[in-house]
Amino acid sequence: MLSVAAFTEGRHAQALPTFGSERTGAPVTSFCRIDDVGIRAHEPITSPDAVIIQDPTLLHVAPVLVGTSPDTYVLINSSRPVEDLGVEPLVSDFRTGRVLTVPATELARQHIGRPLPGAPLLGAFSALTGLISLESVATAIRQRFAGALGEANVAAARAAYESVVQPGTRFADA
Amino acid sequence: MLEQVEGSRAVADVVARCRPQVVAAYPISPQTHIVEALSDRVRAGDLQDCTYLMVESELGALSACIGASVVGSRAYTATASQGLLYMAEALPNVSGLGLPIVMTVANRAIGAPINIWNDHSDVMSQRDCGWIQLFASSNQEAVDLHVQAFVIAERTSIPVMVCMDGFVLTHAVEEIDVPDQQAVDSFLPPFVPRQVLDPDEPITIGSMVGPDTFTEVKYLAAADQLAALEVIDEVADDFRASFARESGGLVRGYRSDDAAIVIVSLGSVHGSICDAVDGLRSEGLAVGALAVTCFRPWPEGQVTSALARATTVIVVEKAFSMGSGSIVGNDVRLALADLGATVFTAVAGLGGRPVTADIIRRLVADVRDGELEADVLHFIDVDRSVVARELAERRPARAGREAIR
Repeated sequence: MLSVAAFTEGRHAQALPTFGSERTGAPVTSFCRIDDVGIRAHEPITSPDAVIIQDPTLLHVAPVLVGTSPDTYVLINSSRPVEDLGVEPLVSDFRTGRVLTVPATELARQHIGRPLPGAPLLGAFSALTGLISLESVATAIRQRFAGALGEANVAAARAAYESVVQPGTRFADA
Repeated sequence: MLEQVEGSRAVADVVARCRPQVVAAYPISPQTHIVEALSDRVRAGDLQDCTYLMVESELGALSACIGASVVGSRAYTATASQGLLYMAEALPNVSGLGLPIVMTVANRAIGAPINIWNDHSDVMSQRDCGWIQLFASSNQEAVDLHVQAFVIAERTSIPVMVCMDGFVLTHAVEEIDVPDQQAVDSFLPPFVPRQVLDPDEPITIGSMVGPDTFTEVKYLAAADQLAALEVIDEVADDFRASFARESGGLVRGYRSDDAAIVIVSLGSVHGSICDAVDGLRSEGLAVGALAVTCFRPWPEGQVTSALARATTVIVVEKAFSMGSGSIVGNDVRLALADLGATVFTAVAGLGGRPVTADIIRRLVADVRDGELEADVLHFIDVDRSVVARELAERRPARAGREAIR
């Protein structure tokens, strides 16, 4: 949906999932490239400009921040502020305003009725990075999910977006 | 119209617009999304005048396509990996009978060890079965090759495999222009079979041929294969004229005209190689790339002329011949036998290991630094510490030159 959102803005985009032993709870990785020129490579991203972490427990067990720089955006799905996650050594090098938690699962439960954090994470990603507009995210969501389900996901994305742009945002202090 | 869409979905859409009359397939990763989508279209009535056959196996799938094709239907199937191997018995029947069946192969490694990810060992195992093998370097090309494949198959009476890298392309969501129905209809005329099984005018297709004529039949098939090169080229030219983009054909160079070093590959790795070429060019190195789109029949003359000015040729391939070495590289060597270029062969990307632009740049640096020998197959992305430890525990190797590095 992120690549579709970028595409609707006239940019070039590519989404690459990875596959393995898919089962509920197993770590999975996906990649998305957004560019102003056509994308030829189909290789995994090793130096991300942004990392979206759907499950904060992965920070303790998987090298999810490998290849990042202090400028990389790190968006973590959690109801707790970054400093309460016990990941201080991992995120201390990032610039102020780059590491953020958003209660995506909580928002998904509230608006969609299921703990599926994808749409709210995209809303928060839009607010955090400014790389894509919330409207494009909404367009991509509606393209993927029709009717009431789409609207519920859009509402969750909007709520996440607003929680980020409002004062009191849960940025990590760096 | 450009859409942001999964490769498999785009292939299913374009195959549907090629109006197959029979689709028979057995699901196997990473081909599944293609045949699922086609079965949906038939069920929903979006793909009219088409029968979707849910069969019990890949051998059943291809056998059903054979039956459909000999009675004059346009037939399509798709598979990967062990599924292609399970079709192996029927593959030469299709080519031997001259049936213009089109098949997508979502390239995947073959086991054991079992591995669902991408390499080219599946199609390479069937390179001598008499099918045309076209390799897509991108999802756009995968889509375009399917339209061309039906034209080529029906014009030559030779079946065509469209090879697209499993997961790497099939599951990537990208911008793809899927030609609309009208454009496909004007490029691909309705199928007119050369001969059909018809109860009212009985003939035999596939009778036994003894030692008295078998060689002649095979000779003529080999001649037809080589003649297909011209058709494949023509169809790509026609495609460019109709759709205003380069897709298909025999080989395609990238910044290779004045290149001293040219990197040859098949499939989607060409994209990362082009990125590496741009990087190396910006450092002042005369490097280029050559995508081999048509691997069978082997376009020897086009490979020779495309590489005629290179002094160093590096072949990167995602499969190898166990106990022997390079597959594509050996064909390239023969094509360059009368020229002075040194040919290096490298295998990489087995079982889904990514082949990145960085790996390609390192490979070029190693070749320039004299780190690689020209006449052996190099495993450029192998973890040497792991294999060294294992080899140390085995009995000492016999004296003699190592076949691989």
